Amino acid sequence: MADITDAPRDGFRLSQLLYDARYRSMTIQVIAAILLMLMLVELVDNAVTNLAALGKDIRFSFLWSTSGYDINQRLIPYTSQDTHARAALVGILNTLLVAFLGCILATVIGVLAGVMRLSKNWLVARIMTFYVEAMRNTPLLIWILIVFAVMTEATPQPREFREGGGASMILWDSVAISNRGVFIPKPVWAEGSGLVVAVFLLSIAGIFVLRRFARKQQEQTGKQLPVFWISLGLFFVPALLTFFVMGRPISLEMPELGGFNFTGGVQIRNSFIALWLALALYTSAFIAEIVRSGILAVSKGQTEAAFALGIQPNRTMQLIILPQALRVIVPPLISQYLNLTKNSSLAIAVGYMDVRSTLGGITINQTGRELEGMLLLGIFYLITSLIISAFMNLYNSSVKLKER
Amino acid sequence: MSDTHAQSAAFVRREMVPPAAPPPGEVGPLRWVRENLMSSWFNAILTVVSLYLIFMILSDILPWTLNGIWNAGSLSECREIRNARELESAACWAVINERWLQLLFGFYPTDDRLLASWFYAEELAAAGGMEAVFGLAADSTARIEFVGEMKRSLGNLTLFFFGYWRPLLALVLLVVAVAPVLYGSLPRKMLLFSLAYPFIAVFLLWGGSVWGPVTVAAGLVAAILVGRVVGGLWGMLIGLLSAIAAFLFIFFNPLGIIGVQGLFPILPHVVGMLDQIMPIGLPAIDSDDFGGFMLAIIIGTSGIVLSLPLGIVLALGRQSDMPLIRWICVSFIEVIRGVPLIVWLFTASLLLNYFLPPGTDFDLLLRVIIMVTLFASAYLAEVIRGGLAALPKGQYEAADSLGLDYWKSMQLVILPQALKISIPGIVNTFIGLFKDTTLVVFIGLRDPLGLTNAIRATGEWNGIYWELYIFVALLFFTFCFFMSRYSMYLERKLATDHR
Repeated sequence: MADITDAPRDGFRLSQLLYDARYRSMTIQVIAAILLMLMLVELVDNAVTNLAALGKDIRFSFLWSTSGYDINQRLIPYTSQDTHARAALVGILNTLLVAFLGCILATVIGVLAGVMRLSKNWLVARIMTFYVEAMRNTPLLIWILIVFAVMTEATPQPREFREGGGASMILWDSVAISNRGVFIPKPVWAEGSGLVVAVFLLSIAGIFVLRRFARKQQEQTGKQLPVFWISLGLFFVPALLTFFVMGRPISLEMPELGGFNFTGGVQIRNSFIALWLALALYTSAFIAEIVRSGILAVSKGQTEAAFALGIQPNRTMQLIILPQALRVIVPPLISQYLNLTKNSSLAIAVGYMDVRSTLGGITINQTGRELEGMLLLGIFYLITSLIISAFMNLYNSSVKLKER
Repeated sequence: MSDTHAQSAAFVRREMVPPAAPPPGEVGPLRWVRENLMSSWFNAILTVVSLYLIFMILSDILPWTLNGIWNAGSLSECREIRNARELESAACWAVINERWLQLLFGFYPTDDRLLASWFYAEELAAAGGMEAVFGLAADSTARIEFVGEMKRSLGNLTLFFFGYWRPLLALVLLVVAVAPVLYGSLPRKMLLFSLAYPFIAVFLLWGGSVWGPVTVAAGLVAAILVGRVVGGLWGMLIGLLSAIAAFLFIFFNPLGIIGVQGLFPILPHVVGMLDQIMPIGLPAIDSDDFGGFMLAIIIGTSGIVLSLPLGIVLALGRQSDMPLIRWICVSFIEVIRGVPLIVWLFTASLLLNYFLPPGTDFDLLLRVIIMVTLFASAYLAEVIRGGLAALPKGQYEAADSLGLDYWKSMQLVILPQALKISIPGIVNTFIGLFKDTTLVVFIGLRDPLGLTNAIRATGEWNGIYWELYIFVALLFFTFCFFMSRYSMYLERKLATDHR
């Protein structure tokens, strides 16, 4: 072999740089590197010249100055006296909140729609096809605007909730849907509520331990524990018992109509609801298709083989179909989560205060630091994306078919 | 045996019984209903629930849609008509009837001269009137009043065909240009027109002297011919560079970009000279006036056409053996994909000027097209990479063992297969790109959704939502649905595995 690949050892000629496969890739890379450097130098040089002409510099100190604007939805304490950095953090949390809740709702609706689209029931399958096609073929922005219009235009004003006003609260007078937002009860934590929460968390941990134990026992002895019922019991009973033993420390503060608006309870703004629902509905259509193709990707022989082994239908689903379908479903599903997170920047359409509106919007307008602001904004989204795709890669490598 | 049977049995059938008709539950619509709607009690419940849901939704929407009021001057007028007819709810389609041209074309100027000749032909009025009016300055009160009066009396449909003939013709020609690419059964000669189309479209939409696009096209043809003569790597390089130069000219030059003209200072003079000898042209239109659904089509089409080659190059680069090339491609793809399009659009509108030579200031529409193209190409690159990775390694080795060089093997063996596998993903990316064109509203371009806001801001249509949204949504749905159906057709057509 070595005899064949060894090239004649006469002197190096310049033309070899272009025509000899051994050197050509080197030549191309050197040229590419030079071009890249030239381009970067040009860009940086232009930026420096232009910024100097405008009398600007690149500094991030604006982050620590007083922001001077209010944010109407905040998960951490914030006033207009706080810094721009804190405003950005509030925005980041808002982005993550709507993205997280959106992913959950989108998954629920998407899985349902995907399974129902495969239903043997013709009508249900058609309805779901219509839903999926309608959602996938129209821009997300329209859906956000439509849901926002529904929330602000088609819902009653708070004053209509008065006696004889025509509107009423739902769910035993605990939730009010009005054009100022949705008002839901707010939990009030009295003394002793910490114990209830702790017991609840412990019982959830207990469920995980139980499942692991049940699996181990099944693998060793072949006996199956009634995991579902025990889990259900563990989920509710200990927490409820503590709740009553401690004298019901957690109570709900109901929203009440006072003056022109509701007081008490928690106000969920229409901007949040519009963004959340629209993102979830839109993404759910894509998830539905992913779920459908994932289930179809498992060949029918797998089901038949499981039945031939005498495995019951629900166990077949759980042990044979789902693990194989999930391998197909999860990677595109995670990239849909990624899309949803990035699409949450459409918050601008309804005035939801996400990170683009705080850091990439008002802060930039107030400080005139568009270069720095956009850079930080880009880095935030980039890091979020990279983290999510890192999770995906981790999952991918864990479920990858081990091939030789 | 049969004999013994005949004697021992009381009755033996000697001929076949005619087949009985299947039971009524097993044929026709009844069977279909039983199998598709009522196959189990759970399915029956589902059917009933879905029927109820459909009934609930339709009983709300259908009367609203069908009772819609088509002729009214404002929302309050709509409501008066509705109350007069004693309808519970009625859509006010009048807003679409009145404003559909605006939703389609934004504030793109109509060709008033052509309209006026049409107007005079209809009115049979004095032939001199037209010249008298159009001799006036464009912003003079008399002319504005005349044009307004003319447009009102001509009606929207005439306006559509004669006032907006330029974008309309561009769209029709787009269909002609795209058709041979989409359907292989059409004559291949039509592809020549597809190549010429970008120049025609730019001329039609932006106007100005015809000699700009013609000179650039001629230069491109000449450069490609030179490339052909030289041949080999250098010929390819010449062709590629001239194509890029032509692209820069065709997009930048009508918009008067100093930087690009500076590169080839001769071109404006040549164009100016030709224009003096033979002045052919259309009134120039600034891209600030572009808007409506036309904008979505322009951005979408340019983005789709430009992003595909770039996406392929990026995907190949990501698979390259050369670490530096691979590294460049990977970081480009990941950075573009990791950040939402809105942020990129804001970057294009706020920051791009910082990175260009001082004094350059180019068109926002063009910046958006470039950004959308880069954005879509990164997504396309990932889709195509999937296709490349899905090919068995044997295909690469087979191409190598045939002695094909890299580009030949890619062109003849790898890419045709890889692209075929990735068709669904590619079309999905295109659909996404087309839908994302609505985002340009946030950087101040007048896309259809931005125009709905503008319409709502007028006194007459204040407070109208659903009709406008439904119209815009239907426009997008039509285009995207066509694209997805086309991709299904293509998949079926190209399917070579006989399963």
